[in-house]
Amino acid sequence: MLPEMSEMPNAPAAYPRMVRPASGRVVAGVAQGAAAQLRLDPVVLRLAFVLLTVVDGLGVVAYAALWMFTPKEEVKGREPAREWGQLAAYGVLWLALAGFAWMTGASSGGFGTWPIAVGGIGALILWQQADPGRRQRWMSGAVKQVSTTWVRTGIGALLVVVGAIGFLAASGELAKARTGLVFTAVVVGGMLMIAAPWLASLVKELQRERTERIRQEERAEVAAHVHDSVLHTLTLIQRNAHDAREVARLARSQERELRNWLYQPKQDADATLAAAVRRVAAEEEDAHGVQIEVVCVGDCELNEGLVALLQAARQAMVNACKYSGAPVVSVYAEVEPDEVTVFVRDRGKGFVLDDVPGDRMGIRQSIIGRMERNGGSARVRTEPGDGTEVMLTMKREQ
Amino acid sequence: MKTVRVLIVDDHRLFRSGVRAELGPSIQVIGEAEDVESAVTAIGELQPDVVLLDVHMPGGGGQEVLRRVLGSGSQVRFLALSVSDAAEDVIGVIRGGARGYVTKTISGAELTDAIIRVSEGDAVFSPRLAGFVLDAFASTEAPPIDPELDSLTQREREVLRLIARGYAYKEIAKELFISVKTVETHVSSVLRKLQLSNRHELSRWATARRLV
Repeated sequence: MLPEMSEMPNAPAAYPRMVRPASGRVVAGVAQGAAAQLRLDPVVLRLAFVLLTVVDGLGVVAYAALWMFTPKEEVKGREPAREWGQLAAYGVLWLALAGFAWMTGASSGGFGTWPIAVGGIGALILWQQADPGRRQRWMSGAVKQVSTTWVRTGIGALLVVVGAIGFLAASGELAKARTGLVFTAVVVGGMLMIAAPWLASLVKELQRERTERIRQEERAEVAAHVHDSVLHTLTLIQRNAHDAREVARLARSQERELRNWLYQPKQDADATLAAAVRRVAAEEEDAHGVQIEVVCVGDCELNEGLVALLQAARQAMVNACKYSGAPVVSVYAEVEPDEVTVFVRDRGKGFVLDDVPGDRMGIRQSIIGRMERNGGSARVRTEPGDGTEVMLTMKREQ
Repeated sequence: MKTVRVLIVDDHRLFRSGVRAELGPSIQVIGEAEDVESAVTAIGELQPDVVLLDVHMPGGGGQEVLRRVLGSGSQVRFLALSVSDAAEDVIGVIRGGARGYVTKTISGAELTDAIIRVSEGDAVFSPRLAGFVLDAFASTEAPPIDPELDSLTQREREVLRLIARGYAYKEIAKELFISVKTVETHVSSVLRKLQLSNRHELSRWATARRLV
């Protein structure tokens, strides 16, 4: 699209300050330079200048202004010749257009065109003078927002149409009051055109800052977590190095906590069953120094019945940790469409259920009684030497 | 009793020597490897019976080793061993071709047991893996594409549930009044389904679980 770009010796990939290239220039290289800035075909800009020249000679004024404000590109060696053939072609085109405009009377825009001319030239100069970095952001903001090019094309086309109607209305002596409005619309539209890339880049910039902030917060959270938990525990372990049991407990509790943080979906232990079971197990594991392995299948919201189930499960875990003598307790919770089941199992001593004295509250009251009061059921399976398994079932309310 | 030749693949030297020391006399450690490259080379040269495979390693991790070794038609058996509890890792490495998954907290005796079981062509499911499988196969809304592969039988479910409850194979056999061999057959069949099922939900389930 920009064959001339490659020929410009001092043109880096980023947007440099606008210059007028010498090679391939038709008059002074203004159109070519501006085209390189806007990443357009220079022919488009040249045609635009020719077209504007037909209207009250605006093109000439704009061209002259840009010519004055734009430095010439430095050339090593002999300056290349002007493209006389192209100049002739544009000249002929201008003559034809001017003739057509003169015959139709469309060129006499009158005073109304001058504000646009001034505004337009001002905008061009602003654009041309703007700090290259910022300009690039404007551009990339506008270009990278998908399909904004289409929007811009649409707006541009609309402006051309509005402008044409304005000119026709002014020259055709239509309602003169309306022309002012039309031109205001054109000027506002032009302003919007100028501001669009900037607004787009502003939005983009905000989004970028937001993601960056989230990333930083995440990083800070990780650092804080490692500091609060892992480093803290490591210190405690060093201090308790003589106490093997305490070291094991600390290490295990830290491991569990880190594991939950890394691998478990973030859940609210006050709201969902799986997280609540894990929390209860973690608390009892810490309290008794016995490892509790938890496996959960499915999940659901907690309700009154399930809270009772949790309390019964906690009691079963306490019993297993305290009395079974097993090093590991397995907890399995499964949520099925119609019921929730929790198994607490150890491979410890086991006992004879009927031998448990009636005044011992653990199994009869805290487990079996509690489940039955809340509409569930509990089954204890145990034999001396064969471990214990407590199965708790609670119907789900539909 | 024939000894089982094992290769340990793990990027932590301390862990490798720890495992070496813990394994029973029926296990012979014939080599170690510390990354994907050296693992693939060592497996090719030593032809171990069982590879103890770490899931997270430099150079693509355990899944990359599985892909390259099993992709070349090797019959070597893999037992995945990891600190990770993430469903993604567990399901991923099983679907990659490992015959079992145990976490590094496993005791030496249990690990020895698991290695022998894998060397005999059986599958080793930890309670957590069993839980994941139950969860993954339960969370299906779409009808299975291939009922043979995409759903578990009632018996397989029962076996998996007991594994998740912390039962050993022998205890499961007693509980269900079946032989240990039958339990092994059920677990192997679940493993096959897990590996061969085309259900996209399996992988998606494992990935999505982390994002909840």
